[in-house]
Amino acid sequence: MSLNALPLKIPDVTVRVLSYIRGALSVKTLEGVASVVAFVALWQAAVFVQVPYISNLPYPADVWNSFAEAARTENYWISWAASLKRIFVSFLVAQALGIPLGLFMGMSRSFKQILFPVFEIVRPIPPIAWIPLAILFWPTEELSIYALTFIGPFFVIVLNVMQGVASIDVSLKRAALSLGARRIDIFWKIMLPGALPSILTGMTVGIGVAWNVLIAAEMIAGHTGLGRMTWEAYTNGNIPLIIVGMASIGLAGYLCSGVVRFIGQRCMPWKNRF
Amino acid sequence: MAASGAMQRVGSKSADQYRLLDVAGVTKYFGEDLERQVCLENCSFGIAPGKLSILMGPSGCGKTTLINLIAGYEFPDSGSIMLEGTSVSGPGSDRLVVFQESALFPWMTVYGNVVFGCKVKGLSQMETTERAKQILSKVGLYEFRERYPSQLSGGMQRRAELARALINDPKLMILDEPFRGLDAMTKELMQEFYLKLFEETTLTTLFVTHDLEEAIFMADSLVLLTHKPGRVKEILDIDLPRPRHFSMMASKQYFDLYGYAMGLLAEESRRAFDAGSLPALDAISDPI
Repeated sequence: MSLNALPLKIPDVTVRVLSYIRGALSVKTLEGVASVVAFVALWQAAVFVQVPYISNLPYPADVWNSFAEAARTENYWISWAASLKRIFVSFLVAQALGIPLGLFMGMSRSFKQILFPVFEIVRPIPPIAWIPLAILFWPTEELSIYALTFIGPFFVIVLNVMQGVASIDVSLKRAALSLGARRIDIFWKIMLPGALPSILTGMTVGIGVAWNVLIAAEMIAGHTGLGRMTWEAYTNGNIPLIIVGMASIGLAGYLCSGVVRFIGQRCMPWKNRF
Repeated sequence: MAASGAMQRVGSKSADQYRLLDVAGVTKYFGEDLERQVCLENCSFGIAPGKLSILMGPSGCGKTTLINLIAGYEFPDSGSIMLEGTSVSGPGSDRLVVFQESALFPWMTVYGNVVFGCKVKGLSQMETTERAKQILSKVGLYEFRERYPSQLSGGMQRRAELARALINDPKLMILDEPFRGLDAMTKELMQEFYLKLFEETTLTTLFVTHDLEEAIFMADSLVLLTHKPGRVKEILDIDLPRPRHFSMMASKQYFDLYGYAMGLLAEESRRAFDAGSLPALDAISDPI
């Protein structure tokens, strides 16, 4: 029975809070919490029994203390801000250039024939292999980090969009043409929404790739950022802080993927209403 | 354009045989050079206005190709296709196709799909809304207008697709096995629905089906195609009275027509079968 059906009119806010609590207590959430708790417990046990090779691992509590300490320093939050800003800018530029390029390559055969061979040669080069060139070519370290973080998701996005356009059912295009659509209608009303699921797949994969490249680039070329922080913890032999850095990177990546997923659900209402 | 159209119209056939759609000597090849195959060979038939014609033939005989040619998605290698005396030169909303698989735009609601044609043609908001309301009510989907296609049953999807076509007032409705893949009950209801719609509006219709029962029950004329290459084998006039009713399927006239058409179809299907085209038995697999 829905809450709105009750004879007494319950304020909207209450309904929303109740449904939020119900959501928070759902089986899925509880399973998630249980999974994390089990992981920490296993970690604690592994350190306690001195499992070979990872006997230097600190206890979860030590890592937590190290985090509490780091969180009080300004430096920790500056690292977060620096990494997030780089991800945001590079990822945005990669989308802004990659999506149109992918659409055109998917729609125009000649365009694709000209560009695709080069793409296929350049694409398999791991973005990390671009680091030396990026450092040499870009005037500042900051710019080379941006460039590297751009390259990773860029190829992923272009190829996904291109394939997305190609996979649009020809009968949809034909139906649109029969109904009187012009080329521009086909682009905006068929090609773009039809490729949207692939665009979002590209974004989801791309954001992961972006973090991979960013952290590597920060470790090698940066002065700030979560990657740099983790690397410095290593050079100082501070193992708990290394783990704090890693966990922070994991959390940051998770949050970014969440944002991408959220955008995806918002853009494609036809995909998640059943 | 209009003047020359009228001239050709007079020139083509005598007045009582006036055809809305005239397919004349259409040949279509597939593939290139040495691998070139004849798909349709010298196909000729016509559709009189206000009639429901059904196209039948063994699988792979080129029915869908013929539909694509009439819709203007592809072009014949020789011969001509004329709609009201004007040669078909591309897709247009005077001939609308309801496809085998649903071709509703998944990212638009039922309403969005139905008004697509009006919108791209730049009709006024008020007129569009009014017509959409009318047509959606007619197909019984007005309450479902805010749903997405994936939230509809198969039968509802087909009705939505019909509505999307009907709102444009096409001169010719083309239905390419529209009820394939629906369960038996829904299929029967949809047949009844379309038949009623047709008998009310006498909207000229070209209907492709594999189902001979469906064909004879609905059609004014039956165009039978041969196995590869697709040629017109015979055109049967189905002169069962209208409005049609399921009870007619027990009449002697129905049985005679059915028997005769089944004989012709079975002949072609066997040829297709012998040639190794397995799904060709589709046409005769329906038990009487």
